[in-house]
Amino acid sequence: MEIALNSEEVKQISPLGGSVDPGFKREIKDTCGEDVMSCYQCGECTAGCPAAFSMDIAPNQIMRMTQLGMKDEVLASSSIWLCAGCETCATRCPRGVALSKVMDSCRQIAVKEGRKVKEPNVLKFHDQFLKEVSRFGRVHELTLMGMYKMRSKRFFDDVILGIPMFLKGKLGLIPSFVKGRGEVRKLIKKS
Amino acid sequence: MKYAYFPGCSLESTGREFGESTHLVADELGIELVEIPDWNCCGATSAHNLDHRLSVALPARNLGIAESMGVDVVAPCAACYNRMRGAEVELRGNTAMRDGINADLEKPFTGAVTVKSALEVFTAPEMLENVESKLRKHLKGLKPACYYGCLLIRPPKVLGFDDAEAPRSLDLAMETVGAEPVDWHFKNECCGASFGIAKSDIVVKLTGDILSNAKKNGANCIVTACPLCMTNLEMRQGAAGKLRGEDLTMPIFYFTELLGLAMEVPGVKKYFASHLVDVNPAIDAIEAVTV
Repeated sequence: MEIALNSEEVKQISPLGGSVDPGFKREIKDTCGEDVMSCYQCGECTAGCPAAFSMDIAPNQIMRMTQLGMKDEVLASSSIWLCAGCETCATRCPRGVALSKVMDSCRQIAVKEGRKVKEPNVLKFHDQFLKEVSRFGRVHELTLMGMYKMRSKRFFDDVILGIPMFLKGKLGLIPSFVKGRGEVRKLIKKS
Repeated sequence: MKYAYFPGCSLESTGREFGESTHLVADELGIELVEIPDWNCCGATSAHNLDHRLSVALPARNLGIAESMGVDVVAPCAACYNRMRGAEVELRGNTAMRDGINADLEKPFTGAVTVKSALEVFTAPEMLENVESKLRKHLKGLKPACYYGCLLIRPPKVLGFDDAEAPRSLDLAMETVGAEPVDWHFKNECCGASFGIAKSDIVVKLTGDILSNAKKNGANCIVTACPLCMTNLEMRQGAAGKLRGEDLTMPIFYFTELLGLAMEVPGVKKYFASHLVDVNPAIDAIEAVTV
């Protein structure tokens, strides 16, 4: 019996049905220097992760999936956006892998490729934060919160909690500007 | 002793008490803090989430200015400290990136200065001796849960300060001023800092765990060295208590406020009024023991 094999048919399929990209681990290494192949799945990262309870894919599973090249699934997960960057995993990993940096890389790759983001408000917040840095050179918290609310359309979240902060003088009305804003913008543009 | 002082955005607004009390304590201990002129934002979590080079480039400008001042940097905010120190280490090791970024800077950074946190500066052995010699009031009866969080101690390979799993610096500072820090389990757990605005449900859960454990272990306050921890622990107490069905009301202090209180630094008490959670229950627990 003859079997016709075209490129479509030999394409590797990930356990979740998506296509496999064996170059994903290399892409991560190029972005942050971490070698995901060092991971031997002890699960220490997940055990200590404060945000794991809110993630759709556990941190150690993210590591395994990056080894297998399951790029689409990893970059579509909520996990990469819910990593708090607390560095507990990086501190405890017996293989010396900083999963926190891998998560950073995944976010950066997802944004660069214009992928659909599972936690859009987290991205909107970070993006607005950097817009404020570009505008003022610093972050003016009241402006940041206002702009974020406009973009996320979550107008009433925490307004009640914000009032006492404002009354206690913790939220200044007037932003302070950096004179060297041009220099800051150049750094932002080049990055 | 002189340092280039990096306040960062938080210490100008939500964490104002931390910045000002840091200055008061530094004055008392004979440390001169000179603000880095025209400093810019360190980029915080947002920069390293979205762009690695930018997360190094933004601190680099501040490091360059500090280097031109010829003194080491003190950055009290845990997030600023973590980013600035991380950038410093990366710029030292990665010459290609350093040269690229320096090309855009008026004042380049060559690696001649280093970054410390206020916690590191104030809890150095000679500084704690200095505090002890200036002690005017023992804080006996104050039972703080010393909360380090993440960014002051992790990752240890980069920061090289204290023990990432069993940190002691804050506890030592509190013992020095006569307080009785409690043994508890959440001293180096994360409060969810960067999700304070975009994912507050995560923060409510995490702060609830922290507050509840501090309470169970007999603390009558939490002491922190981070403005983001302060905001989360104060702001989310109500919601966290409701979530867990417990009364989680707990005064939160910056460690600099308590150092100032014990040395009776004039002006330090006024910051207590600007806390979102009433600190008086903890202050009242202090037995009147003057040195």
